[in-house]
Amino acid sequence: MKQARHISHSTLLILSLGLVVAILLVANLFVGSVSIPAREVLNVLMGQECERESWRYIILESRIPQAVTALLAGCSLAVAGLLLQTTFNNPLAGPSILGIDTGAALGVAVVMLAGGAALAGSGMSAFLASIVGAFVGASTVMAVILFFSTFVRNNLMLLIIGMMVGYLTSSIISLLNFFASADQVHAYTMWGMGNLSSVSLQQLPVYSLTAVCGLVIAFLLSKPLNAMLLGTRYAENLGVNISMTRNLLLLATGLLTATTTAFCGPITFIGLSVPHIARLLLNSSNHNTLLPVTMLCGGVVLLLCNMISVLPGSNGIIPINAVTPLIGAPVIIYVIVNQKKISYFNG
Amino acid sequence: MKSTPVISAQHLDIGYREGGNGVKCVHRNLDIALYAGELTCLLGANGAGKSTLLRTLSGSQPPLTGDVWVNGTLLKGLSRHLLSRTIGVVLTDKTAIGGLTVREVVALGRQPHTGFFGRLSAHDREVVDHSLEACGIADKQARYMASLSDGERQKVMIAKALAQECPIVLLDEPTAFLDIVSRIEVMSLLHRIAVEHQRAILLSTHDIEQALVLSDRLWLLSRENGLVTGVTEDLILSGKFDNLFPHTDIHFDPLHGSYYPTVQRRKTIVVECTDETLLHWVVNMLNRNGYGVSFDGKKVAVPLLRVVDKQELLWVEGDSMSTLHSFDELAQFLRGR
Repeated sequence: MKQARHISHSTLLILSLGLVVAILLVANLFVGSVSIPAREVLNVLMGQECERESWRYIILESRIPQAVTALLAGCSLAVAGLLLQTTFNNPLAGPSILGIDTGAALGVAVVMLAGGAALAGSGMSAFLASIVGAFVGASTVMAVILFFSTFVRNNLMLLIIGMMVGYLTSSIISLLNFFASADQVHAYTMWGMGNLSSVSLQQLPVYSLTAVCGLVIAFLLSKPLNAMLLGTRYAENLGVNISMTRNLLLLATGLLTATTTAFCGPITFIGLSVPHIARLLLNSSNHNTLLPVTMLCGGVVLLLCNMISVLPGSNGIIPINAVTPLIGAPVIIYVIVNQKKISYFNG
Repeated sequence: MKSTPVISAQHLDIGYREGGNGVKCVHRNLDIALYAGELTCLLGANGAGKSTLLRTLSGSQPPLTGDVWVNGTLLKGLSRHLLSRTIGVVLTDKTAIGGLTVREVVALGRQPHTGFFGRLSAHDREVVDHSLEACGIADKQARYMASLSDGERQKVMIAKALAQECPIVLLDEPTAFLDIVSRIEVMSLLHRIAVEHQRAILLSTHDIEQALVLSDRLWLLSRENGLVTGVTEDLILSGKFDNLFPHTDIHFDPLHGSYYPTVQRRKTIVVECTDETLLHWVVNMLNRNGYGVSFDGKKVAVPLLRVVDKQELLWVEGDSMSTLHSFDELAQFLRGR
């Protein structure tokens, strides 16, 4: 009886989160720095005549890709955070804390600040280069941390190693900045603030594809992820191929973090806090349900943040990284303060 | 008829391969035989190599030399998948399962039997039900792991190993950190599983008292004497326990199945008592106070303690006699001398 209720609770949660995502996705099309009457937005969406051609352009070329990007980036970062928290058996792990998005940033910095000149003029290839750079950077940091995790058993120490790797990476980025031209520094700084509007309609398929790839890999890993909650030795005894699982996790987290970071800049707090929101909502750490709930929550949170960021209207857009901590930081503080009462901490 | 062992090995060297070419050998020349339908306890001091032996037998660490055979197959030749269906383990590792329900954790034990996504079939659910039932935690199946006591958690992990349906279950100190009630419950549970489900169960423990009561066979592991195995009662009666902890400060009392600190017998006393329980505790107090006890009443010039009951203890020494009315008085009397 209890079991049946538990399943229906999680199914209900997933369905309602799906509904919220759909509503927010549409709502994101109605708000922006340019105010467009709701009626006209509807007209454009229905494919009917629109009062001004520029509005049609804004909605189709800017708002739709931005909303989809916010959804995908939210899903990607949240799932990457969850994968890291389970892999490292540490509820406070996340792409930004472990220095993985700093690694991606270094990859982008190398492309934008050091190698940018070589690629200048070939728009798409420079862009692809920064994605590849981000992926290489993120995976390298992740690999370094996984390497340390094979002999540093203490998770807190591992977290600190991750932070140190992050600082090292940041210092290289600072050096690159120091030697770069003013324009390059400006471009890099703007990228670093996080921007969900940087994916154009043409780039959207590429981004969607890589993000979906990462998400699919994550979902395929839910069985070994559940076993890994018991620790690696138990998981091994249950027949889990630890090294292959770790490599796939590396790949999935790398894909999810690196592509999102390359396109939108390092977006903080989503990867760290959303898995906690999901666990608190779901009251379970079973990945069969936790993964979809985390993914949908990530989408909801980043879509919300995106709406908040355009609140100033014509006065401009608030950088997304000024908004995400507003939701993320209180969640983490709440979780830490209440950790004695929260079941998944007392495992 | 003697049954064939489910795990066997001859001349096994166990230990670690360290970085480079270094090898740290923990034990040499071990002969091993683990039988189905029996509870076997592995006893030994800290650092005797109990965990290394368990890891070697569970296949998570290769032996330095020699081969481990499982049901006639080489352990190292078993595929990862087959191994997970053959040997189940219960460890002391830190887990992160507070947010899972008891049932979900036990169901994890079905992973070697389920498909790619781990979906449970009707049969899997039945096995989980039986495992919960067998471990007496069926009524707690919807509870979160975080809400359980240490003893209940251990039962869940045992239920998980049971659900794994492995003929062999290895447990690393399953009763550590448990209170006496949980220790007895867990050990009795393991013995029942071994007998009723015909599993070969090997566990390491420091709880010698419970091991002697419930273990069918014992493995005594020490640096000095290697591995000594045998039926519990045989080992006790052949004095093997005195070699388990080669220390002059403690000795094994085969009558009570326990280790005691060796008494510095400065003085000797003769004790007369008909009640065995009373005698045991009188001797206990005398030992603690430095008296070695003799039961030979003909010894002269030695004090005699005649115990009538616990309120009447007569101390006779030469011509004088004192009557003590409680153990408290006896203790004060002994200290006063």
